[in-house]
Amino acid sequence: MLSETGHLFIFASTFLSLSLIFFSIKEIKGNKKSSFPVIVSFSKFQLIFTNLSFLTLMGGYIISDFSIVNVYENSHSSKPLIYKISGVWGNHEGSLLLWINVLVIFSFLFFKKNNKHNKEFSLFTLVFQNILILGFFIFLITTSNPFSKIFPIPLEGLGLNPILQDPALAIHPPLLYLGFVGSSIYFSAALSSLLTKFSGKDFGTIIKPWVLISWLFQTLGILVGSIWAYYELGWGGYWFWDPVENSSLIPWFLMTALFHSVLVLEKRNGLYLWVIILSILTFTMSVTGTFLVRSGILNSVHTFANDPTRGLYLLIFLSLMVFLSLYIFYRYAPSENKKFELFSKEFFILTNNWFMSFFLITVLIGTIYPIFLEVLTNQKISIGPPYYNTVLAPFLIPVLFLMGYGPKSSWISSKPVKEKNILFILVVSTLLSVILIYFLNNKNFLINLVLIFSTYLVLQTIFDLYKSIKKKHVLNYSSNYSSFFSHLGFGFLIFFISLNSIMSIEHDFNLKIGEKKQLKNITINFKKLDSFEEKNYQKIVGEIEVINAQEKTTEVLKPEIRVYNQPETITYEASIKSNILSDTYVTMSNISKENIYNIKFQKKPFMNMIWLSTILIVLGGSFRILTRKSL
Amino acid sequence: MKKIKVLFLTLIITFSFAKILKADEDLNNKIYKNLRCLVCQGQSIADSNSDFAQTIKSVVKDQTKNGMKEDEIYSFLSEKYGDWILYKPPLKNKSYILWALPYIFFIIGAFIIFFILKKTIKIRKY
Amino acid sequence: MRKIKLISILIFIFFIIITFSMGLKKEKVYDTIDVVGKPISEISLNLFNENNTLNTNELRKNKFTLINFWASWCAPCRKEHKNLLFLKKNGDIKILGVNFKDKKSNANKFINDLGNPFYLIALDEDGKKSVSFGVYGIPETILINQDLVVVKKYIGAIDKKDVKEILKIVGKK
Repeated sequence: MLSETGHLFIFASTFLSLSLIFFSIKEIKGNKKSSFPVIVSFSKFQLIFTNLSFLTLMGGYIISDFSIVNVYENSHSSKPLIYKISGVWGNHEGSLLLWINVLVIFSFLFFKKNNKHNKEFSLFTLVFQNILILGFFIFLITTSNPFSKIFPIPLEGLGLNPILQDPALAIHPPLLYLGFVGSSIYFSAALSSLLTKFSGKDFGTIIKPWVLISWLFQTLGILVGSIWAYYELGWGGYWFWDPVENSSLIPWFLMTALFHSVLVLEKRNGLYLWVIILSILTFTMSVTGTFLVRSGILNSVHTFANDPTRGLYLLIFLSLMVFLSLYIFYRYAPSENKKFELFSKEFFILTNNWFMSFFLITVLIGTIYPIFLEVLTNQKISIGPPYYNTVLAPFLIPVLFLMGYGPKSSWISSKPVKEKNILFILVVSTLLSVILIYFLNNKNFLINLVLIFSTYLVLQTIFDLYKSIKKKHVLNYSSNYSSFFSHLGFGFLIFFISLNSIMSIEHDFNLKIGEKKQLKNITINFKKLDSFEEKNYQKIVGEIEVINAQEKTTEVLKPEIRVYNQPETITYEASIKSNILSDTYVTMSNISKENIYNIKFQKKPFMNMIWLSTILIVLGGSFRILTRKSL
Repeated sequence: MKKIKVLFLTLIITFSFAKILKADEDLNNKIYKNLRCLVCQGQSIADSNSDFAQTIKSVVKDQTKNGMKEDEIYSFLSEKYGDWILYKPPLKNKSYILWALPYIFFIIGAFIIFFILKKTIKIRKY
Repeated sequence: MRKIKLISILIFIFFIIITFSMGLKKEKVYDTIDVVGKPISEISLNLFNENNTLNTNELRKNKFTLINFWASWCAPCRKEHKNLLFLKKNGDIKILGVNFKDKKSNANKFINDLGNPFYLIALDEDGKKSVSFGVYGIPETILINQDLVVVKKYIGAIDKKDVKEILKIVGKK
């Protein structure tokens, strides 16, 4: 029953999307009888039907309707309700439906907001957006139908992969989708802006909030994903430079570059074509990332079920998107007079874009190079964290410096910022860092430099913040605060990541129950082992006492080994004692059915500070959205 | 004020503590992290609980104990398992492009910015 | 000038798309193909039933040696066993078994139950020795020649097709 309802909604939305394209084009051509009201109501219905189709699938999950293949394959009646719901987007088909929902929601909101004043522009945007929606609906129906039926109806479902049964992962995909599917709207708007010869300045003003919103969600999505990886994957890392992570990072770089450039477009009416290119690239890269992840062309920790036809469809769709945008760009792009002065704000934003492009290209090359090498020479190589760290880390140094220096410059002016305090702050931060480095006895020159410059960024930003509060700069008030907070957050982030990488401690050893392990000042006591039955899994819980002689503290950690029954999987749950300054992280695994357990003991300093810094970055961004006046 | 003092003290303790415990297992851990676990989905040897990872770990442990250098261990393993096992692709003819491309793009970016600036300076002069 | 730019961009995009579509068809399972054509390293292995060791150099006296890594706990090993027995009977080849991370009693039972295709059985209790052969999961089988150079490498159980291929290389008895 739910399956039929779901199909109905999907077909209705697909039909509406076709009609929207038809009527919008008709309206743009200018008929006597305006079909504008029809378009408005159709876009409303499209929103309703698409959302309903999603709710139908969710309903199927909640009541465990196993006549739907998708529910049967990914759910189980004994699963807690929240994971039944999050199970909807924990698989390829459901997440694709979520993807389409985001496309439609953004399409609706954008149209609603802009159709009064810029009719032609928003109609064209609606057309392009609906071409995307249509494309993904066809993709959904032909290769990944979430409402396919199964007969005879199974009594029980196969269950959701246990490592996905987690609160962070329940919200991670929706956040990320709001981010990179949200970028579709300025993709469509950019094409439409070229076609309608829209004013660059207005284009900047219109897309700015959308860029910021998608950037915010993208950042949050990445953050939640990292937190999840940190405590769930069980090896204490939070970023692996894995293809899936990279494909969420690539659009992030583009968005960051984009909303800096949009400022130039809005204030100075410059960089119009560059903003258009970035807008098109962001969504293109989001789809490319999806292609890389879903087609199974790459090896990754987070795999979806692979199916080559899906990969092929996405590739064809992607190519069409690229060629369409290329054609429109080539045909309609106006010529531009670029005018910039050295040391002006525009110049620094351009520099920001330059570095962002560099980061983006490095990550992109690292991700797809193995594919090219294999196709062209049949050789396989791995590209992992060491590659990215080696290439990217040195470039953080100028970025950190410019992030401190850049926001102080003013528009148009060509004079360098004349302030003695820059040198002063640089000296102070070097001194502070040298003391810190001495304490840590760190010999890695590069990390030391990164420490110095992240300290500089933090101090410089705090100093500027203090000064602007004192002077009561009402003029650029909120927009300044926004960049202060974000840049401050970034400075802290890099600072704590570097400290974390220098100070992390890792020991791994084998113990029997009752045995102790002495690590300098720390005694690790493997006290006992208990076994429990839970609703959908069985768990073995170890009790491990960590006694620290120097700090005179005792912590008890309880890492688990879980054996899930639906589907049968073993997972290792880390036990983490988290403090503001440092986390103690213990995982336990059994060795080939003997009494010996492998225990991995880790000290991870400043993890919470890393999360908080990212939240500070997000706060800065939301500040700019909330204070709409200065948008 | 007192709170700040406490915070400062704990900071110092954390730092000095880190320094003491580091040292010996560092090299091994670094090597584990740079090796791909061949039987896993995109995990490093350090991150995996698999049988294969355990074996490689103990082999690496033996080799560092016998005084083998980091690079020697990498080349030993890549000889046995191919470059696929190394997360940092060694500089060979199949990876020259990989290592060079990012920098090439960076330099191209520098040229673009330079030309934009040059143009505007010209416009200003006349 | 604009045209040239456009054309070069188009060619570039076509190149990427074609590579991606070819990449889709590639096999994703990893094989240690790099080992083929290289000599195996010199290493001493403890023998299973005698208090003796075997140095890989001693394998030079065999025209061809098939080194098979197995364990009693490994199900595919059980499956390939009859193929190994067939090879022993019909092929001009010596098969060296390397017992991998196994208990001695279980291994003995395995051989007693299913027959012994090996002319020698070596031991690798903790799996470390096998790393020198590039083994990452069993069953794996390596065919080497007189010069100890790897001719073929098989990952997973040896099947009928592999047996034929091996017989073709080493010749029949």
